[in-house]
Amino acid sequence: MAHKLPKKDVVIIGLGWTGSIMAHELTDEGLDVIAIERGPWRDAPTQYPPNYAQDELRYRIRHELFLRPEQTTFTFRNKMDQTALPIRTWGSFMPPNGVGGGGVHWNAETWRFLPSDFVLKTHLTQRYGASFLPEDMTIQDWGVTYDDLEPHYDTFEYLCGTSGTAGNLRGKIQEGGNPFEGSRSRPYPTPAQAQPFSHTLFGKAARELGYKPFPQPSGNLSKAYTNPLGVRLGPCTYCGFCEWFGCGNYSKASPQTTILPVLVRKSNFTARDNSEVTRINIDRSGKRATGVTFVDTAGEEWEQPADLVILSAFTVFNVQLLLLSKIGEPYDPVANKGVIGRNFTHQTISTVNGFFDNKKFNFNPFIASGSIGMCIDEFNGDNFDHGPHGFVGGGYMGQVQTNGRPIQTTPVPPGTPTWGAAWKAAVRDNYLSSVVPGTGVHGSFYSYRDVYLDLDPTYRDRFGRPLMRITMDFHDNEIKQNAFLTDRFAEIIKAMGANQVAKVYRKAPYDATQYQTTHVCGGAIMGADRPTSAVNRYLQSWDVPNLFVTGASAYPQNAGYNPTGTLCALAYWSAAAIRNQYLKNPGPLVDA
Amino acid sequence: MGVSRRHLLASTAFWLVGGLSARAAIIADRLPWAPNAGSPPVPVKPGPWLFFTGPEGRAVEAIADRIIPADPQTPGGKDAGCAVFIDRQMAGPYGRQDGLYTKPPFLKGTPQQGLQSEAGPAQQYREGLSALDRYCRSKYSNRAFAELADVDKDEVLSGLEHGKVKLEGTDGAAFFEQMITDVKEGFFADPIYGGNRDMVAWRMIGYPGARYNYLDWVHRHNERFPLPPVSIAGRADWTPKSR
Amino acid sequence: MPKRATSIVLGATAVLVPLLVAMKSVVATVPDSQAFGQIERGRYLAIAADCVACHTVLDVGKPFAGGRPIETPFGNIVAPNITPDRDTGIGAWTDEQFDNAVRRGIRPNGERLYPAMPFTAYTKMSREDVLAIRAYLKTVAPVQNQVVTNTLPFPFNIRAAMRVWNALYFTEGEFKPDPQKSAEWNRGAFLVQGPGHCAACHTPKSFLGGDKTSEYLRGSYLQGWFAPNITNDPRTGLGHWSASDVATYLKTGHNRATAATGPMAEAVKYSTSQMTDSDLAAIATYLKSVPGQQDNPTPVRADDPSMVAGQAIYRDQCSACHSLDGHGVPQLFPSLADSSIARSSDPTTLIRMILRGARSVATAAEPTAPGMPSFAWQLDDAQVAAVVTYIGNAWGSAAAPVSAQDVSRARSDLRGRTD
Repeated sequence: MAHKLPKKDVVIIGLGWTGSIMAHELTDEGLDVIAIERGPWRDAPTQYPPNYAQDELRYRIRHELFLRPEQTTFTFRNKMDQTALPIRTWGSFMPPNGVGGGGVHWNAETWRFLPSDFVLKTHLTQRYGASFLPEDMTIQDWGVTYDDLEPHYDTFEYLCGTSGTAGNLRGKIQEGGNPFEGSRSRPYPTPAQAQPFSHTLFGKAARELGYKPFPQPSGNLSKAYTNPLGVRLGPCTYCGFCEWFGCGNYSKASPQTTILPVLVRKSNFTARDNSEVTRINIDRSGKRATGVTFVDTAGEEWEQPADLVILSAFTVFNVQLLLLSKIGEPYDPVANKGVIGRNFTHQTISTVNGFFDNKKFNFNPFIASGSIGMCIDEFNGDNFDHGPHGFVGGGYMGQVQTNGRPIQTTPVPPGTPTWGAAWKAAVRDNYLSSVVPGTGVHGSFYSYRDVYLDLDPTYRDRFGRPLMRITMDFHDNEIKQNAFLTDRFAEIIKAMGANQVAKVYRKAPYDATQYQTTHVCGGAIMGADRPTSAVNRYLQSWDVPNLFVTGASAYPQNAGYNPTGTLCALAYWSAAAIRNQYLKNPGPLVDA
Repeated sequence: MGVSRRHLLASTAFWLVGGLSARAAIIADRLPWAPNAGSPPVPVKPGPWLFFTGPEGRAVEAIADRIIPADPQTPGGKDAGCAVFIDRQMAGPYGRQDGLYTKPPFLKGTPQQGLQSEAGPAQQYREGLSALDRYCRSKYSNRAFAELADVDKDEVLSGLEHGKVKLEGTDGAAFFEQMITDVKEGFFADPIYGGNRDMVAWRMIGYPGARYNYLDWVHRHNERFPLPPVSIAGRADWTPKSR
Repeated sequence: MPKRATSIVLGATAVLVPLLVAMKSVVATVPDSQAFGQIERGRYLAIAADCVACHTVLDVGKPFAGGRPIETPFGNIVAPNITPDRDTGIGAWTDEQFDNAVRRGIRPNGERLYPAMPFTAYTKMSREDVLAIRAYLKTVAPVQNQVVTNTLPFPFNIRAAMRVWNALYFTEGEFKPDPQKSAEWNRGAFLVQGPGHCAACHTPKSFLGGDKTSEYLRGSYLQGWFAPNITNDPRTGLGHWSASDVATYLKTGHNRATAATGPMAEAVKYSTSQMTDSDLAAIATYLKSVPGQQDNPTPVRADDPSMVAGQAIYRDQCSACHSLDGHGVPQLFPSLADSSIARSSDPTTLIRMILRGARSVATAAEPTAPGMPSFAWQLDDAQVAAVVTYIGNAWGSAAAPVSAQDVSRARSDLRGRTD
């Protein structure tokens, strides 16, 4: 029998980016808020100080900051006719755990989606006709537009101090920025980061080929900054220990460096760490959430009642909690019915490595930040005519190499043996003079009928609850998209002056052991229509109006950009709807 | 200095029936801090093997020295300490598969589904090295791997890599993959983990190590970075030289 | 008005006014728990005097209910309950008894208070001030909390010995304004010498624990920290700070040069951050008028082995926050180049920050509260000594070199500490 705690106005499940944004907005509204976080407290001076944070083995190879699969994991299969097996050690994505969530160890690449991304179905159908789209592609419009979200993108970027060069300022295209981006109302709060040698060289080569390169928008700040909450950040020192690592010197935007210092001082805010929410409790009508049940490290169950529940856990855990709490109709891919679990997506990543003359080029790859790089957007979204190519979607590409950490970054030219004297010599001769972009091609991943989430029939977590089962494979559309983009990218790498380029295409089947960003999205998607979405345009559950579900689980499909900027903008958008509409009149904000 | 509110709540839990405090920290009023918080790494100490037996250690040293042979500029895998690295790793959480999901059933899956092994790396080394030893002794006149001529060692390793050499009871190719990964990790990881002794691997490639500040270098393009590498445990220059 | 009526009125007034004045002075010196003005004054003075920080087990205990152990060189003294509880607090005390305790260090039973209670400073306050504090304390929630205060070991538990101590170190008397100085200076002097009791931490002590008045505010070791020199000394004090820097520091806990940590973080949080801007400006004006020792040690040479090693450590480990030029990031990472702590005669605070780390104070104006990480596990005694020596002598500054033994002593001292 769970111990019952005193009621709060709001309970927030998960204290990552969107949880922190929601907590800040709702406490400002005067509500009494508690956030419940499965993982531990995290902070730079104690958990990732700049005297032992720079440990590749510990953090990149052994995944120390991430969720331990022992605590919980997912099962995976490519196709519905296979048996899903547990992901026993993380591979293709790394779920976060702890206060700050992925915001602690992300790269801080802070993009906006294109205006056309939000009305993708309508846009592509209008331009290319419905038959141009694969029959089993299930893309949808989002129910919100870029213009709805613009002020909230702005709020998030100013919260973080994002460093960048505007490309479209109030409708006017700006030199040096991304000419394809949606109109922004203000410049970035800080200037773009400095670009090291290879990144600058990529920009030069791209320009010579007729593209319009621009610096990647970065949450690793180019200079000291004080955000609107009064919290201070320092300048990034290009240490090269960004993604997978906590930032030791307060220069990477995270909930810790932008919101939490102010949030914890509020008398109407409390957080519990090391507490895993196991269920959202619903009353007998099935239409009202009464709070959550969570388990502490002693295994004791507690009930936290609340009037408003915000589900801000990582994508897959959002969907899991909805399914286990019996909220919304589970997706059945065979019958093509239900919404909870459908439209699950990831990212289509590839790269091209370049090998240069080591007597002429010294790239010092260890000098970098998480969102360094010059990029081009000519091949993202629908920025180019897809007609001749037979696929839809695209992504940005760039020399976005974030590090030169040697365990992972010892490229050798194709054909080099994988061990022995020849390998050793090749490593020595190429380390400083090779370009290893990493997520050089960052392509979209659209949604399909047979790519989805549901509950595994066999494998369980330590509470005996079913693990989430991921059924995911690449479809021809994404593979074609990637081949085209990778070839374009290779042209630029060659034009930089490489002696040799090694294309690493993304190939099917989807491999759960190869890291491809942690941009898993969907499963509890937003939309204008109740039958095809789990939450409405304000992220409010269609089924349980006092439940809002934030994060990338809302994405009907994933675009060709890193998702964090957009999901934080959506969180602000949703918080505004709660503050200005919902609280005055609790109930469905959109007629079903 | 003051004790945080969490202690208040924890202590009052004894007074209130049922308690209002779960076993978890309650974060309120201030950012948590305590002296000695965090978990700095514990450098590996040189010394006897913690996991390997003598013969196993010798075999791994020999393997490391073929995967990364010595050359006039840079030591090989053995002298760089790769076997020490692997030994300490096998004796620790990585070897035991701590933190991984180890619930059954263990079924054979597709390559895309990843490792589905009940046996962790430590157990695989034990079995793999034993099988390798038996193979070498049976093929090479009762000699252990470490006793073979270099050309024979390479033949064995290459055979494992390409599946031509089959080990009894063990997937030889998978074992070779494991070893090559571990040897390279040991070579390039921070010296505190036992390999990359004296940062030889970092010196070889020109990697400055565990540094955090390149603000004065980000604008200097195409120039050799002049400072020597530094480990998390420091570098020789940190200690004042006696006169 | 007819002439005779006026004179009657005037006559009456002539009698009444002195009476009223007399009554007023009688009324004013009685703490009146209904006189809001007096209570407000008392609340503010209690903040300036920081009563709550010593008389409360912070964050856990009820305000002013006592029980907090105060570390002294002679052992721990526990601060008593000063809530209005009659049995365990001071609810049954007379005003005279309260005033005797605060300004003379004498308890109602005649026993002497130890100078951990800074009556040597509070003596500067007037009787009116003290009774205002009493009026405020009377409105605080009474708490039943019996505190055992006699906790010093023999022979220091012989309170009668305080007679001798007082004869040596206690000069009774209210603050006398200096007519040659401005009103602002005088206000600052009163606050610093009186309720602020800054000398209690910042003036070095004799072996008997009394103030070395000739070294007023030049810094003192206590509780595992070195409270720095807060005179206007250009090398080791506030000489490089503007008055505005001082006021900003006291108000927010941070300024362009440094951040309040440890016991000063407490003083900022519970006391100075809640004082008025004009009072903080007055304190700044006064402190910057206090002369320092103005010494000029020879800087340690850049090629000294300690400096060479220290520079290497600094580049590798410190510069990512404190920057290569030592100026850090304003309001985030203290400027070591401008730091008086870095050049203190006693390097305890700097050594301790490096070994232990610290969390700086969060105030409404400066909520970030950046933390310094701990290096104790990473740097040995000689290395810490080298980098401390480097920090004190780089960037055009000068300080005495620090030895490995200094660091070793600091390490042992820190071992049992909880902050």
